[in-house]
Amino acid sequence: MEDKQPIISIRNVSKRFGQVAAVDNVSLNIMPGEFFVLLGPSGCGKTTLLRMIAGFEIPTEGQILIDGQDMAKVPPNKRPVNMVFQSYAVFPHMSVADNVGYGLKIAGVGKAERESRVAEALELVKLDGFGTRKPNQLSGGQRQRVALARSLVMRPKVLLLDEPLSALDAKLRAQMQFELADLQDHVGITFITVTHDQDEALSMAGRIAVMNKGDIAQLATPSDLYEFPANRFVADFVGSVNLFEGRLTLDEPDRAAVDCPGLGKVYLNHGVTGPHGADVWVAIRPEKIYLHVPGAGKAIRGAAEDAPEGHNFARGQIKGMSYLGDITLYDIRLESGAMLRVSRPNLSRRDQEDFTWDDRVSMHWRADSAVVLLN
Amino acid sequence: MESWKNHKALFAAVATAPLTWLILFFLLPLGIVWLYSFGTNQGLTQIDISGTFANYARALEPLYLGILWKSVLVAGATTIICLVVGFPVALAIVFASDKWKPWLLLGIMLPFWTNLLIRTYALMAVLRTEGYANQTIGWLHDKFGGLMTLGGLPPPGAYEPMHLLYNNFAVIFGLVYVHLPFMVLPLYAALDKLDKSLIEASLDLGAGHLRTLLMIVAPLAAPGIISGIIITFVPALGAYLTPDLLGGPDSQMIANVIERQFKRANDWPFGAALSFILMYATFIAIAFQAMKARQAEARQ
Repeated sequence: MEDKQPIISIRNVSKRFGQVAAVDNVSLNIMPGEFFVLLGPSGCGKTTLLRMIAGFEIPTEGQILIDGQDMAKVPPNKRPVNMVFQSYAVFPHMSVADNVGYGLKIAGVGKAERESRVAEALELVKLDGFGTRKPNQLSGGQRQRVALARSLVMRPKVLLLDEPLSALDAKLRAQMQFELADLQDHVGITFITVTHDQDEALSMAGRIAVMNKGDIAQLATPSDLYEFPANRFVADFVGSVNLFEGRLTLDEPDRAAVDCPGLGKVYLNHGVTGPHGADVWVAIRPEKIYLHVPGAGKAIRGAAEDAPEGHNFARGQIKGMSYLGDITLYDIRLESGAMLRVSRPNLSRRDQEDFTWDDRVSMHWRADSAVVLLN
Repeated sequence: MESWKNHKALFAAVATAPLTWLILFFLLPLGIVWLYSFGTNQGLTQIDISGTFANYARALEPLYLGILWKSVLVAGATTIICLVVGFPVALAIVFASDKWKPWLLLGIMLPFWTNLLIRTYALMAVLRTEGYANQTIGWLHDKFGGLMTLGGLPPPGAYEPMHLLYNNFAVIFGLVYVHLPFMVLPLYAALDKLDKSLIEASLDLGAGHLRTLLMIVAPLAAPGIISGIIITFVPALGAYLTPDLLGGPDSQMIANVIERQFKRANDWPFGAALSFILMYATFIAIAFQAMKARQAEARQ
């Protein structure tokens, strides 16, 4: 990927509204054919960044290049990008076909070619036969497909999608996540999507930039983002996580230890390369913790501790449970008084009956399951 | 929401006073005038409601039809100019920052709070032969002439003041001035409701600002445009003071004729008939608008 020229190059871009920096000195390269997602909470600047690429906002500082061309003086209607708006912005006074053909008509494409391209685009988004309908006769999902077709028919170099699925119900959203990823694969256009929904980001993206307060907190593939978060913000925003403050007491190339007042001593089977004695945070995902009845581990494994060899170990009491069908979430109070969340898959039908409120339990997790975060 | 049906006594208490006022001082006199339009003069003060259509027949004579037609033309020109001037103004207010918006709207509404007579006399001070308009243009003319002399060209001669007052131009100018807020406010209301992302979507798809205005903004603001046209055209058609004060001998509009029937000519039945012809036209226009609005609503 390194030898290719980026389709979009964002260089030290800032956008300030009055005193507030919505986007603060962001640099980013997006490669041709990528499915790129800007993920973050509302107000993190992701939509502002997208609107700057589209040309609806002018950067206060910095430079945006599309396909190597500086976009500083290029108005939105002259940029080789198209946008799918959060509200879809389907023209209510035009039929579906007129909506999809609008851009082609403006570009002066002849009637015959226009009609065939509109039909092709409608087929692509599975709306063939809907051409004569008016937008008010369509469902939310169908309107979104119209907006998608209207942009795709222009054959842009980059398609920008602003929270494309946020107005859809959960089932339809899950379906559209797959369809969007499929579509992107099919047309080969670079997609840049803005979302606040981590599931959406993880399921569709090739790469994700997590934004926080106008800055990029981490730029990584979905699995790297989830398994190797760079900081507390990312660990907490993407998925759910148990965070414990601690002190780095041992840091060697192949092992490390963090002394956490809440969790006890946590051992890792790799180095951290942080300053010795530094204040750090230990992050453990709920699904990476094994839960069992005290003594069960010892009985099976015959190990000295109530956990497999090399695992970290903790004890506690169940204080909260929520049954979600596929998994059950347990909130466990540790001996220190700190709370720990553990999720357990319901692999067989009666698994959720294994534990109940106030049960004393043992927990363990692999030495490589926890992540040490320096900030 | 609570229905007024659950609080009939309260509703009656609140509604009685204004309803009585409306019936006694508006509907009743209007009804009497309507009856007059089917009457004939008997002596100086007596009017016999004979049920005749003679007054309406007379109103359709070429003389009055000509004045009515001219009123329609003047009011139409006023409306078109108001639309052309008012649309960009309304658009500018919609896109102004939140800090400026209330001040700009205030600027539009400010003339409403000034007496029409005072505004019209102020306009006369601007338009008369020695008025501010002619003074300014004359001053520019002299300066320009001085420049030409400096450049070695012959001087352009003395400035001849333009006759801006007491003609049809002055009437239309005055009517536009008075009626512009009536056009701007409904346009503003319609444009402000418009989803801004529709405009952005049009730009995004390659359309320039003018095309976006013609193909997206104008069609979607159509109900507001129709409202603006009607509430500008109707009062402009019935304008009385402006043509009376600013117009020349050939600038009289239908309202001036009506006034003359009630006063100097003392022919109330004929004046009533002329008034009600305007009224009927207004009703038809409003019914047309309501029909259009319902169609637009059904479309959304």
